[in-house]
Amino acid sequence: MYAQVLDQNDSGVKSREDMSEQEQIFQARIDAGEKIEPKDWMPDAYRAMLIRQIGQHAHSEIVGQLPEGNWITRAPTLERKAILLAKVQDEAGHGLYLYAAAETLGVSRDQLTEMLHQGRMKYSSIFNYPTLTWADIGAVGWLVDGAAIMNQVPLQRTSYGPYARAMVRICKEESFHQRQGFAIMMKMANGNDAQRRMAQDALDRMWFPSLMMFGPPDKDSTHSTRSMAWRIKINGNDELRQKFVDQTAPQIEFLSLTCPDNNLKWNEEKQGYDYTDPDWKEFFAVLKGNGPCNKERLGARVKAWEDGAWVRDGLMAHARKNAARTVAKGENENVQ
Amino acid sequence: MTQREALFEFLQHLGDNTLILSHRVSEWCGHAPVIEEDIALANTALDLIGQAQMWLGLAAEIEGAGRDADALTYHRDSWDFRNLLLVERPNGDFGKTLMRQFLFDAWQALMLEKLARSEHKQIAAIAGKAIKEVAYHLERSGDTVIGLGDGTEESHARMQAALDDLWPYCGEMFNLDERYNALILANILPRMDDLRARWLSKVTDIFDDATLVIPTDNFAHSGGKSGRHTEHLGHLLCEMQVLQRSYPGAKW
Repeated sequence: MYAQVLDQNDSGVKSREDMSEQEQIFQARIDAGEKIEPKDWMPDAYRAMLIRQIGQHAHSEIVGQLPEGNWITRAPTLERKAILLAKVQDEAGHGLYLYAAAETLGVSRDQLTEMLHQGRMKYSSIFNYPTLTWADIGAVGWLVDGAAIMNQVPLQRTSYGPYARAMVRICKEESFHQRQGFAIMMKMANGNDAQRRMAQDALDRMWFPSLMMFGPPDKDSTHSTRSMAWRIKINGNDELRQKFVDQTAPQIEFLSLTCPDNNLKWNEEKQGYDYTDPDWKEFFAVLKGNGPCNKERLGARVKAWEDGAWVRDGLMAHARKNAARTVAKGENENVQ
Repeated sequence: MTQREALFEFLQHLGDNTLILSHRVSEWCGHAPVIEEDIALANTALDLIGQAQMWLGLAAEIEGAGRDADALTYHRDSWDFRNLLLVERPNGDFGKTLMRQFLFDAWQALMLEKLARSEHKQIAAIAGKAIKEVAYHLERSGDTVIGLGDGTEESHARMQAALDDLWPYCGEMFNLDERYNALILANILPRMDDLRARWLSKVTDIFDDATLVIPTDNFAHSGGKSGRHTEHLGHLLCEMQVLQRSYPGAKW
């Protein structure tokens, strides 16, 4: 899964003259394509921007377990069940990996979790949509993971070393996820009438929310300049969205499904598809908390965390007792 | 009951145990107390599904009626399921889920160790593969039971309550079933006489470290192995089988 770059407080790029000497050296390293590592000096704003982005990305992986987990117990064959379980487990692994990358910037997983639960940090808006039929599990893999890959492949070259390296592994797994999603869609599209109806319905509901995953149009996005200068972000939102549409439109045709966008049409001149933008009012409403599942998704995460407090406390208490026993044993042996 | 019918029954018992427990464990996905546990639970559920595929696949082959593991999973009703009642118990809190897992793992590890020596080559091979996974399950569930039993006052109380609640579902593991006598004589199934004692010794060791007390009442529920289940299994099957039942013949 993936995090949209949301809420970034990006006040633009400093000119070279306005930079301190340290900042100039830092920028020169980034411009030369060097990786910034945890112990290197970095501007506070760079650190804050990365914490926000990696944190949102990690939260998206964790919250993203919920819509897919919704179908594990109802998966239609043992093989599909095993594949879906493995996939959702991968997503949790990505979350863990990304929280660890964020921790190299001096923020703990617990702090990030608290910010998510208090609504001070976001996760990808796509997970606030429901998974209503089995075809949605196909569509999530095909479209949502497909969009995620489009965003994440360039992030393998992002300037912060731990994030870039995490992306290498995550991208490998995501591309497998996308293929399994498309495999489900092929089965459904070639299946009986009910299955075809599920497949079309899933595409109808997921198409525009998937386009939203690339963030608002560049012309309305004031956030991008500085993060691009720092190579935290590599491509513009519209560029990636176009690439996604160009890749996906022929796949829709291959499946003999109908895109819910009547304006989707090949444009010979621009060598890409024309398409309708998603409803950005809906996008911002979902971000604000007014999507179909916002309350349920965050509520489920908060409940899991609160219900699990006694488990975490219990295991920590046991670890402390064990440590004390080990010390006491060592002292006894010394006395003897 | 012919030897083949008895073997079909027993393989369903093994497969249904792992299938139903996997279903229960997978219900946790996305809701565990900490990400590491989410991953571990999904991993356990995944191993168990793999085992269910193998046991039920072999069961269907032995039956020879043209069914496969999916047909057994999705098209039997509760009276044809042969799992222990223990594994269909609802999850409860995390402690109860891990207690159920531990009680089962301790039994399954011993059972697989015996089955790995079966004269029946396929049974021995499946057991030999599964035993590696289950050794890890047992280590993890045992460690967690100790950690939570010997943790805080609250975690201790919850684990003791979980043990008290699940203990009456353990006796069924050891009910000797005369349907299997011919299989034991043919060295297809091992002798089970020492299973209870070895299991009790293992769980007692762990409960000692966990400062938990084994209930003294030895009342034991039974019925799962002969298809007489609790009310919970029907609901579980409704959920698990919904697509196969709603769209007969569809390919997924």
